[in-house]
Amino acid sequence: MSKNNSEYLISRKDNQYEVVIGLEVHAQVLSESKLFSTSATKFGAEPNTQVSLVDAAFPGMLPVINEFCVKQAIKTGIGLNAKINKRSVFDRKNYFYADLPQGYQISQFKDPIVGEGKVILDMPDGQKEVGIERLHLEQDAGKSIHDLDPQNTFVDLNRSGVALMEIVSKPDLRSPNEVSVYIKKLRSIMRYLGTCDGNMQEGSLRADVNVSVRAKGSKELGTRCEIKNVNSIKFMQMAIEYEANRQVDLIEEGKSIDQETRLFDTKKNETRSMRSKEDAHDYRYFPDPDLLPLEVSDKFIADLKNNIPELPDDKKKRFINEFKLSPYEATILVSDIDIAKYFEEVVAKMGKNKDMKLAVNWITGELFAVLNNKNLEISQSPVSAKNLAILVNLIKNGTISGKIAKTVFELMLEGDKDPQKIVEEKGLKQQSDPKALEALIDKIINDNREKAIEYKQGKEKLFGFFVGQAMKASGGKANPQLINEILKKKL
Amino acid sequence: MSEITNQSLTELVENVKNKKLSSTDITKAFIERSEKSKELNAYITEDFTSALDKAKKFDQKPNLDLKLPGIPMAVKDLFCTKGIKTTAGSKILNNFVPTYESTVTENIWNEGAILLGKLNCDEFAMGSSNETSFFGNVQNPIDKNFVPGGSSGGSASAVAGKLTPITIGTDTGGSIRQPASFTGTVGLKPTYGSCSRYGIVAFASSLDQAGPMAQNVKDCALLQEVISSYDPKDSTSIDFERNHYSKELTNNIKGKKIGIPKEYRVDGMPKEIEELWQKGIQYVKDCGAETIDISLPHTSYALPTYYIVAPAEASSNLARYDGVKYGFRASGENLIDMYEKTRSEGFGAEVQRRIMIGTYVLSSGYYDAYYLKAQKVRNLIKNDFDEAYKKVDAILTPSTPSSAFKIGEKTNDPVSMYLNDIFTVPVNLAGLPGISIPAGHDSKGYPLGLQIIGKAFDEQNILNIAFAMEQKINFKNKIMDWWIK
Repeated sequence: MSKNNSEYLISRKDNQYEVVIGLEVHAQVLSESKLFSTSATKFGAEPNTQVSLVDAAFPGMLPVINEFCVKQAIKTGIGLNAKINKRSVFDRKNYFYADLPQGYQISQFKDPIVGEGKVILDMPDGQKEVGIERLHLEQDAGKSIHDLDPQNTFVDLNRSGVALMEIVSKPDLRSPNEVSVYIKKLRSIMRYLGTCDGNMQEGSLRADVNVSVRAKGSKELGTRCEIKNVNSIKFMQMAIEYEANRQVDLIEEGKSIDQETRLFDTKKNETRSMRSKEDAHDYRYFPDPDLLPLEVSDKFIADLKNNIPELPDDKKKRFINEFKLSPYEATILVSDIDIAKYFEEVVAKMGKNKDMKLAVNWITGELFAVLNNKNLEISQSPVSAKNLAILVNLIKNGTISGKIAKTVFELMLEGDKDPQKIVEEKGLKQQSDPKALEALIDKIINDNREKAIEYKQGKEKLFGFFVGQAMKASGGKANPQLINEILKKKL
Repeated sequence: MSEITNQSLTELVENVKNKKLSSTDITKAFIERSEKSKELNAYITEDFTSALDKAKKFDQKPNLDLKLPGIPMAVKDLFCTKGIKTTAGSKILNNFVPTYESTVTENIWNEGAILLGKLNCDEFAMGSSNETSFFGNVQNPIDKNFVPGGSSGGSASAVAGKLTPITIGTDTGGSIRQPASFTGTVGLKPTYGSCSRYGIVAFASSLDQAGPMAQNVKDCALLQEVISSYDPKDSTSIDFERNHYSKELTNNIKGKKIGIPKEYRVDGMPKEIEELWQKGIQYVKDCGAETIDISLPHTSYALPTYYIVAPAEASSNLARYDGVKYGFRASGENLIDMYEKTRSEGFGAEVQRRIMIGTYVLSSGYYDAYYLKAQKVRNLIKNDFDEAYKKVDAILTPSTPSSAFKIGEKTNDPVSMYLNDIFTVPVNLAGLPGISIPAGHDSKGYPLGLQIIGKAFDEQNILNIAFAMEQKINFKNKIMDWWIK
């Protein structure tokens, strides 16, 4: 495998192959109740405690669309810069399975609620646009549990009927890394919008990954394989890497690739065939006669549009313009809505005379390190945005040095203490009284007369020695700038 | 006062309101007659003990403001009734007891009526003779070993045989109007969206509609008034202003324009039917209405269209009967084996035939040629009616191409069986209201019906026309109580 710049290519002998990837992301709509029933959607509830007669498909039960879920889908469409279809149709996708009580899934086939859109990815070498083919609403199925009993399969219908958004990308992705950035971006947009919590551990976000390969430079798409239901970014990357190499090997051996559905085995790190094109289900899609076509007015869409919060791309632009951040810094800070919120709160609390650079460094440096170590989300940060702002201000106005600030920060971790109080209680205030410092320096020069002479004779390196001595004598609290000035004068 | 079971619903309601009869008197009378009428096989489930209890309770504190005060009523076994077995005429639901009530029956009980029991019907309402029911054939009270029509055969038989003062059926392609015609009773298929489908075992969702079946037009209007309501639990329910059908009922139809569609004169139609139709035309003229010859050019495509659309929807609607959650389950080696055995043993031949047809027409490669084309033709059929209604207020046709036939006569000839619905199916495809009223007898003395088709939401108009015609026709059902021992 070779990487020219950021290009991801698979090499065999003299041939180089490009990987073409498209994703079908299933994002669970953030909603208290299901797509066509009033049952709750809480994660982790006791099996079969969030199931209505509609979800369990009792005779004569009928679906009624949940308007909130429709709004969520449209908001997501707006976030994906996509065309909102004023008329969409729910279809039945027919197949038999024990955890599919109706014997069909209500989905949208020909006329989805959201059409073409795009997502911008921030890659190390610039931005990349990924096309969105469509977004449609559909029901989730229940869960079959095979490992509780050797003889029987149990079915939990809590998920049955939960609203999902299937977001289909165009085959615009070219590497596992791009897939990772794409998923994170989608997740970020939906979390900004509050339309999906993006929690992959709980299955709120999962994807079917379509992979094909082609000779570098070729314009034609190769035969694709679909890897079903991958539920982490890491597994997606591993699966793509394995699958792309498998396909390249087949081509190199002169064999053809079968269009098929495959499963990724996370333990063996390989994909294997689930069903071939010939065995593909015939889902017999047709418009659900229990539901009229879904029609939304221009006003309905406009009202949602007017209430869309600032999204990552716009926030990034604003951070760069308003706070003079670098694109890199801005990208990090907007990547997650909670990080952005934290940062903006710090900015607000710093008041007028603020040092933006310093604040960014403290958040992305010290704070992120702590969160990483303790495996915490920023929303669980042991240091509040308010107190971090005070700390940054204490550095900025010279009350404490950057070095002392690290000590203060350590102390803040215990119970989110006010740094001002820590500085006062521990007497960590920086010494900035010139007279006191002059006296201190006089004493040091006096104690180290020989070195002072050497310095005067041209051994300039010794300047650092004197600074060090002064800092040591002050217990680290001396204002380094003043020390420098006074030393230069006295020596 | 005539014998209780001979009274119409309107008379019974009046007698309860005038305190001449108690709910217990009436309920007892219908229970007694039902007990003596087992040979008709109209009931799948009887709920007589509980009905009598409810009647007594009603009489202790009678609410006479209700529209159906203490009136006992048996209903088609396609309506889910809370705590009472609901089978849809199928083995696969033989043990199914709903924990919920259909909106239509809820509306009926809310007006004071009392459930007598659940009436026989074709399995999942698929049939025109009640012969596909898992619970056996239903006898037509007009003569021994004649079918009552279907799928609401038990309902028609129970009303004609006076086992219940009135009832409800469902009509997907003629399942109310054809049995009404076969038994000399009145049956109304309301506009699609008039009566909620919530809690009715689904056959074909875009066609199914509940409606009243009665001895006369006035009773029919009263029950329609009770069962029609907007229901947010059914997304296809329509929120329109509903008439007080019985109160507003009038026989004044002067100046109404009645269309006579030439395409309903089909090949091989018995002369008797043509004559009946001509008589009907004369009746409406006698009532002061005007008849106009019209054309509904796509009529001949209605039956084939129906037999694509209805099975397609049915094949999907019936997928839920898989042995997993409720109903009948056969044991199998694995999941697929269990599915196959459950559905092979649980569904009868006609249901299986329609599931197969429906699955086929929705299959990839056939979808465009069958299902999609059928939807297009369905639109053309609807347009035919829209065009016609620019010129006329209602349309008069025969209800069925023949009178009741013998049990077993058409069992092995599904196409001839399907032809029974030739005049009723277009109405369902267009979502319009249609009413069948008894209009005469054939040479054997069996009843024949005429159908009045209305504009959407224009139930009042066709009830009025039916009401006016009813008085001119003065039909007397020749039922000899042959089954009463």
